[in-house]
Amino acid sequence: MQCPAPETGPRAMNETRTAIEARGLCKRYGRTWALVDVDLCVRPGEALVVAGRNGSGKSTLLRVLAGTLRPDRGEVRLLGEPVRRGRAALVGHASFTYDALSGAENLRIAARLLGRPSGPTDVQFFLDRVGLGARGADRVQAYSAGMRKRLALARALLQDAPVVLLDEPYGQLDPPGFGLIDRLVDELREEGRAVVLASHQVERLARICDRALLLDAGRAAWSGPATELPFVFQRLEEASIRAVAG
Amino acid sequence: MRAVAAAFYKDVLLGWRGRAQGMAVAVFGATLLLLLSFAVGPNAQTLRQLGGGFLWVALLFASTLALTESFRLERENRAIEGLLLLGVHPAAIFYGKALANWLHLFVLGLLLLPVMVVLYDPALDGIAGVVGVLALGTAGLSAPGTLHAGLASQTRAQQVLLPLLLFPLVVPVLIAAVRATSLCLLGDPMGQARSWALLLLAFDGVFWPLCGLLFGHVIEE
Repeated sequence: MQCPAPETGPRAMNETRTAIEARGLCKRYGRTWALVDVDLCVRPGEALVVAGRNGSGKSTLLRVLAGTLRPDRGEVRLLGEPVRRGRAALVGHASFTYDALSGAENLRIAARLLGRPSGPTDVQFFLDRVGLGARGADRVQAYSAGMRKRLALARALLQDAPVVLLDEPYGQLDPPGFGLIDRLVDELREEGRAVVLASHQVERLARICDRALLLDAGRAAWSGPATELPFVFQRLEEASIRAVAG
Repeated sequence: MRAVAAAFYKDVLLGWRGRAQGMAVAVFGATLLLLLSFAVGPNAQTLRQLGGGFLWVALLFASTLALTESFRLERENRAIEGLLLLGVHPAAIFYGKALANWLHLFVLGLLLLPVMVVLYDPALDGIAGVVGVLALGTAGLSAPGTLHAGLASQTRAQQVLLPLLLFPLVVPVLIAAVRATSLCLLGDPMGQARSWALLLLAFDGVFWPLCGLLFGHVIEE
């Protein structure tokens, strides 16, 4: 998947540099290939949706991009440098939080580890941004799954990374939470961050993302404008249903 | 240093929140001391001689519970992966956690010390020396204990695996700690306690940097 030609105009300066560049990514779990020769390119200020059925390699791809998984083959570069942890913020299936601590304490510890301001108002800003402002003092063990997801989002925002990776961002969220994700993706793009989202909510993401990558059994089956993704995804689904039925 | 301090603060805070669990570990250690005193019988002289050794046996067994718990919290929501995702160096995570575990084990030792004094009736002259030995000995348990608890936490049989990995490694620490403690409690006319304490210090000097170097490999997937 190549980066499209840079635009001309005021955003062109930002977009000439590649935020994420992955070439020939392969990852294997035992005998199963989770990723096979996946190429990827995302520019700053751009949002890419990675779609695919369960087990197609979406989460593995995001973890490789975050630097928590090493690919068996291939290379990832973030902002022109080899990937290392800390350059990309990842919101994954797990919340990466401590249940015994409050939401605010979890963020405070993350801020301290990052060397960022960790005062009550600094932390409150991020809690408010994800709609957890009133529940920051509560322990995470009392949070619902949706609230944990919001806390994970706050933690990713606090990281202030140039690349943000969101794995199933709508999972466990209520309808206002869906709106929150849409708004955050817009804000992150405006701030010039590269955003990669892996989700089954293809129609929703087609409206807010620029480009799409469809994975099938670890391979890049299709890539193109995000607006075309729902149709392509539907065709893939129909083809797989026919294959099972036939 | 900033990341080490933040990781230490995090682990101390988690330890404080889980203080009920910490108290259960202390009660376990005290129960062990009680059972061992009954096993020895009513001979006061024998009890005095074995008190130092039994204190360390109780601490060793109780330490496996405390160390296992410290990594259970890290694996609960893959929190340790979250720390790595922030770009925190694994060594900083290790030293923060090892320092917190050392503090935990040292406090545990201080809680078990009066229990040992009541049950084994040692001379109280050398108690200050015992506190010093506790500080050095628990440091010798905490660094390799943190490393191996991290390793064992990636398996299902962590409660079984941790003692199997840790106990052989810390035998020299235990020998030095038991000898130094016994000399402090029973009298040290030849001034040997200092040599054993220096040996403990040497073990700490080897284990702490070595375990910090290896920790990154242990928690990598």
